[in-house]
Amino acid sequence: MSIDTQQETPGEWEYSPAPERTQVSIEPKNKLFIGGKFVSPKSRSWFVTLNPATEEKLADIACGGKADVNAAVLAAKKALPKWSKLDGSVRAKYLYRIARRIQERAREFAILETMDGGKPIKESRDIDIPLAAQHFFYYAGWADKLEYAFAGCTVSPVGVCAQIIPWNFPLLMAAWKLAPALACGNTCILKPAETTSLTALRLAEVIQEIGLPEGVANIVTGAGNTGRLLAEHSGVNKVAFTGSTEVGKLLMRGTAGTGKKLTLELGGKGANIIFADAAIDQAVEGIISGIYFNQGHVCCAGSRLLVEESILDEVVQKLTHRLRSLRVGDPLDKNTDLGAINSQSQLEIVQQYVRAGVDEGAQLHEVHQERLPSKGYWCHPCFFTDVQPSHTIAREEIFGPVLSIMTFRTPQEAIMRANDSPYGLAAGIWTDKGSKIFEIAKELEAGVIWCNTYNKFDPASPFGGFKESGFGREGGMQGLRPYVRLQKVRGSAS
Amino acid sequence: MRIPVDTVMVEERASSFTCRSIKTESKQQGLRLVLSMIDLTTLEGKDTPEKVRSLCAKAMFPWEGEIEPPLPSVAAVCVYPNLVRVAKLALEGSTVAVASVATGFPSGQYPLDIRINDVTDAVKAGADEIDMVINRGAFLSGSFDEVAEEITRVREACGNAHLKIILETGELETLENIRVASDLAILAAAKAGPIQDGEVFIKTSTGKVSPAATMPVTLVMLDAIREYYDKTGIRIGMKPAGGIRTAKQALHYLVMVKETLGNAWLNKSLFRFGASSLTNDVLRQLVRQQTGRYTASYDFSEA
Repeated sequence: MSIDTQQETPGEWEYSPAPERTQVSIEPKNKLFIGGKFVSPKSRSWFVTLNPATEEKLADIACGGKADVNAAVLAAKKALPKWSKLDGSVRAKYLYRIARRIQERAREFAILETMDGGKPIKESRDIDIPLAAQHFFYYAGWADKLEYAFAGCTVSPVGVCAQIIPWNFPLLMAAWKLAPALACGNTCILKPAETTSLTALRLAEVIQEIGLPEGVANIVTGAGNTGRLLAEHSGVNKVAFTGSTEVGKLLMRGTAGTGKKLTLELGGKGANIIFADAAIDQAVEGIISGIYFNQGHVCCAGSRLLVEESILDEVVQKLTHRLRSLRVGDPLDKNTDLGAINSQSQLEIVQQYVRAGVDEGAQLHEVHQERLPSKGYWCHPCFFTDVQPSHTIAREEIFGPVLSIMTFRTPQEAIMRANDSPYGLAAGIWTDKGSKIFEIAKELEAGVIWCNTYNKFDPASPFGGFKESGFGREGGMQGLRPYVRLQKVRGSAS
Repeated sequence: MRIPVDTVMVEERASSFTCRSIKTESKQQGLRLVLSMIDLTTLEGKDTPEKVRSLCAKAMFPWEGEIEPPLPSVAAVCVYPNLVRVAKLALEGSTVAVASVATGFPSGQYPLDIRINDVTDAVKAGADEIDMVINRGAFLSGSFDEVAEEITRVREACGNAHLKIILETGELETLENIRVASDLAILAAAKAGPIQDGEVFIKTSTGKVSPAATMPVTLVMLDAIREYYDKTGIRIGMKPAGGIRTAKQALHYLVMVKETLGNAWLNKSLFRFGASSLTNDVLRQLVRQQTGRYTASYDFSEA
């Protein structure tokens, strides 16, 4: 008998839609969270938050004004003496409760994060929300062990912390900021990004539920001006900011001479370096998770790919193939790999950079062909070859699913090109040779270096940058340092 | 040539396929596809003609119940060489192929002429497909040329029968070995003569060694197949065997094939499952899709 090569079943097997159907209720008007209560803004001003995948309005959000910021700082100040003097183990209990409650309400948080920010549900479900809970667990563990983190020193909190976070990982960034600050006995005012306030406000609900003392953590929503008011407030002892380098510089000028402590986690233009002796198929996976994770809205994204010249064709061919398998679309669909761009203005920025890349002579590869939804803010994942180090797309942070590919000939040139950037947040090294990893890593000017992997996060690992990527570390024992004052108390030796 | 393989990232990618959500229409279609790709297998010392006839009946008509549209037959029945004639007779007039293991299955630890005769006999008896084992002893001692030469000889002995080359990945252990063996097997088979799409498969396991098929192992083999296709335009087939027992697992494999090689490989001429207990779980899920409830396990006949 000859083998029947006729297909008995249709050959085109496609995935049916698999949308997350759980309904999450959203208040039509979302107030500020100050002193343990949800309060209407004294500014009487509100703004709209959209679902970037549909352009539909989700809710109104209170826009904190001067009086609101005053009230929040006052509440935090009032709560400070008692909170800072609580036994560390008691503060830990509150943090553990927050962590557990986030886990219990994980699905709700994930759906909300995806609706408000546009990221695929598989990422908010598997990465953002679990990691946020882990950060609270991790720093809860430190709360009663601070004197071991800083051996020989007496540790006290800094005071009232103003924490301003970006829109790319809304709840996770809130956790990165709040967990270490609270563990060290500080009180906080958190200002979420304008386009993504909903999960921070849901976190406020959790904070209320678990009975965190009033005023210890306050959440004031608003736009850039609210953040500025907060950072400039004289009652604030520390400013922690994650966002653009441009705003970071303003904050640095603004806080100079005020005695306020400052930490900045800013932009990046991560060099992802692939050597010819790497496992190429797996390195391609690293390119994908490096630049297309979260639509490229990642400060540590591997947005500059440095490929050893001899394997360029192979890498481009394999990347092209892999890119075509990415599923772009409804962020609530469980099979979606790339969701919507966070906002109209961000989409315009990304598009501008793509145009700049073409204008300056780089070659655009728009290999991803899947149809994009007609409403919402969408961008095909793409990459550029023939990029020169002087091109705009090789130097500036795009913060979108756009990759710039350059080549190098020798390890020295790889190091030189990787360090040829005003930024220094993250880098990746791909080689099968262990010794090479160490040789290269120690030469790279980057705060985080991933070897044969990319974009892996762990609360126990310090995260932060060199150069214009900022200073201060978040995560790990090092993440406690910005939130404590250290004293060396010595008795007379007798 | 040795190609580096990074285990951590392979495992990560392999597990990403298990996160795809396959529901409703795509599940229905996927399950039917799985059923049509099964090599229903019995490879035991106690195999008898009657046992093989039972298996053949199951292969042609997997379920006697009513379901619309009618279910496909499985792809093939896989037996020892001595039982090929029985299977051939029982399957006459059907679309189900007869596959025979050969080359001193499962160990392959016999002189080459005996292994080659094993193949010739099975083909003479009517086998449409030969599932050979590679010489793992030679492979692990570094005698790659010997392994390759033997594969070429076996393919020559196959004549018109299709060839599936079992690497026995559980004995090769590392993903790097598996990649080397995959490349070597494909090139050696090609040396015996031009390959039509689907004439040559690489296959993970005999089912006699644990671990048998796993997703990371299969992924590395699929990468080898893709690279060969990119270079030559020739489609080599893939057969994971052993350890795939549930419909859900099988769907994960389909997802993996779709997202690495593409839909072109999603048919029985290029992808097979070597399994015995998988069939009834697939049937169970298909009936559930139609009726909305699970049936008892005894509602489906054992082969």
